[in-house]
Amino acid sequence: MDKRILKRICKNKTSLAGLILVGFFALIALWAPVLAPAENKNNPYQLPQASYQIEPQAPGTQHWLGTTEQQYDLYYGVVWGTRLAFKIGITVTLLAFLIGLLVGGAAAYFGGKVDETLMRLTDVVFAVPSLVLAMVIAAMLGPDLKNMMIALTAVAWPSYARLVRGDILAVKEQGFITAARTLGAGGGRIFFCHLVPNAIYPCVVVASLDIGYVVLTAASLSFLGLGAQPGTADWGQLIALARNWVLGTAQHPLLYWYTVIVPGGAIFLFVLGWNLLGDAFRDILDPRQV
Amino acid sequence: MMRFWVRRLCLLPLVVLGVTFLLFFLTQRLSPEMRASLYVKDPRQMGALEEVIREYGLRDNVFKQYARWLGNALRGNLGYSPSANMPVAQAIKEYLPATIQLALVTMLLVVFFGVWLGAASAVHKDKWPDVLARLVSVGGFSLPIFVLGLVLLMVFYGKLHWFSPGAYSIQTDIIIHGAGFKTYTGFLLLDSLLNGQWRVFGDVLNHLVLPAVTLCLGSFALLVRVMRSSMLEALSKDYVRTARAKGLPEYQVVYKHAGKNAMIPVITLAGIQFIRLLGGTVIVETIFDYPGMGRFGVLAAQQLDIAGILGFSLLVAVLFVLGNLLSDLLYTLADPRIRLE
Repeated sequence: MDKRILKRICKNKTSLAGLILVGFFALIALWAPVLAPAENKNNPYQLPQASYQIEPQAPGTQHWLGTTEQQYDLYYGVVWGTRLAFKIGITVTLLAFLIGLLVGGAAAYFGGKVDETLMRLTDVVFAVPSLVLAMVIAAMLGPDLKNMMIALTAVAWPSYARLVRGDILAVKEQGFITAARTLGAGGGRIFFCHLVPNAIYPCVVVASLDIGYVVLTAASLSFLGLGAQPGTADWGQLIALARNWVLGTAQHPLLYWYTVIVPGGAIFLFVLGWNLLGDAFRDILDPRQV
Repeated sequence: MMRFWVRRLCLLPLVVLGVTFLLFFLTQRLSPEMRASLYVKDPRQMGALEEVIREYGLRDNVFKQYARWLGNALRGNLGYSPSANMPVAQAIKEYLPATIQLALVTMLLVVFFGVWLGAASAVHKDKWPDVLARLVSVGGFSLPIFVLGLVLLMVFYGKLHWFSPGAYSIQTDIIIHGAGFKTYTGFLLLDSLLNGQWRVFGDVLNHLVLPAVTLCLGSFALLVRVMRSSMLEALSKDYVRTARAKGLPEYQVVYKHAGKNAMIPVITLAGIQFIRLLGGTVIVETIFDYPGMGRFGVLAAQQLDIAGILGFSLLVAVLFVLGNLLSDLLYTLADPRIRLE
């Protein structure tokens, strides 16, 4: 990352807050095995279950942040959920970006019929709200973590394809491409060595900042029961488990507040961090800004 | 200009066909036996599976099956939805008005309060309304709709008993399904007024509050943001200085001169957001158990009700594509400087 950009982020209070939030979650994700040692080493994303008692338990000495329905520990869920959120966010954005790069790049490079066909394909995906489309695809593939990531990738790539296409079209017209061609460079060489490195920098930034949005959509799918399955350390899944307990008891209507607030707060802060960072980057990348 | 619209109109059916075909193609991942078993409720009838497969041609080539589905769809027959326990077309007819009603009420809230807060934050830049508006616009994008929904349920239903989930109370249910209640439009808010049932109207409105406020969230944040920057720009224009110079009172300068011009992008944005809300209704209707299209879609997806999923996607695609076209039209009407190529 550019030193100048880092300096500008640190100067602005809100973007600095974003950076700190994202950094904080990154540390949690990295140290998850230390912060919450896994009982099941083969699948640490499986939540440990203290007992089969149904009623959630309030935060206490044994469970710092309480437990949710069926005694899944919320602290463990939030810590490993952070790691899972990064895993989902990074995998999906990376895959979607690569697909977008190839499709958008091909559309811009070849132009004409190829361009028209590929761009109409992106129209098709854009024709349905992304959450709805991801929901339908995940349902058809069968709800589990891997299929949820496939569904999220399937709805995310078209926006990158459009971005990349626009950028490559702009770079394509510049003098150094003609120069490379006159020097005898082949199509593949021009595409990968000259066009792509010069065109994708802004797209990479935009894509990486979408991680927050991808995690939010993933949580929504899990919440609807079309993503991670019960017992997975996934924030959306944890909140889905809270649905039966929002009403509390007649005497204490807010008795089970922690089942919503703990995982909900984690998602909120995570996405907030990425959004604050994203706003800062958009300002910096905007050429109209001084 | 003309060419643009002709092209757009020709692409419309292509896009809708594309979406439905892709989804139809995905359904083929499920074996014909699985797809047939959705319609066999009783285990004793499992022997009839082969008959169902043959009758509906579930082993045919994908294109042939899709053509058959499309042909039926064009005739208004979208198949039977086991998750809703009724034909898909009837489910749409029953649930769509409720969703549109919810989206309309939400949009009213969004536009009214969004314009107000956005304008206030621009006029009082860096004072408390501005701080509030910025908090809302950042927070609104980051807070998941389902977290807000559950918190609101907890506080306003569990603790305060002000609002409750669902579409109406039991008393209303008895009235609207009674003999004296006539259905004119399918929109309960309108029908209750036409029937002169004020209690029903109030009850339905009361049940709409929580889902509408929750659904507001994302659009509200966006609208406040746009209104704020648009108002800031308008306030820096020469005509505002002129208005001030000729001694007009400040409220007239702000609301009549700057405000009116600043509204243009907001109105078109509201048009787009109205359609975008359809995505959000999926979650909101599930949380509040509100009987609309979104909940229908989720139930169909959860229970792998293929006819339901396809019908739901078809409807959403058609609405979405038409909505996008309409918003493009709105853009050119609101600002004649915009030329579509």
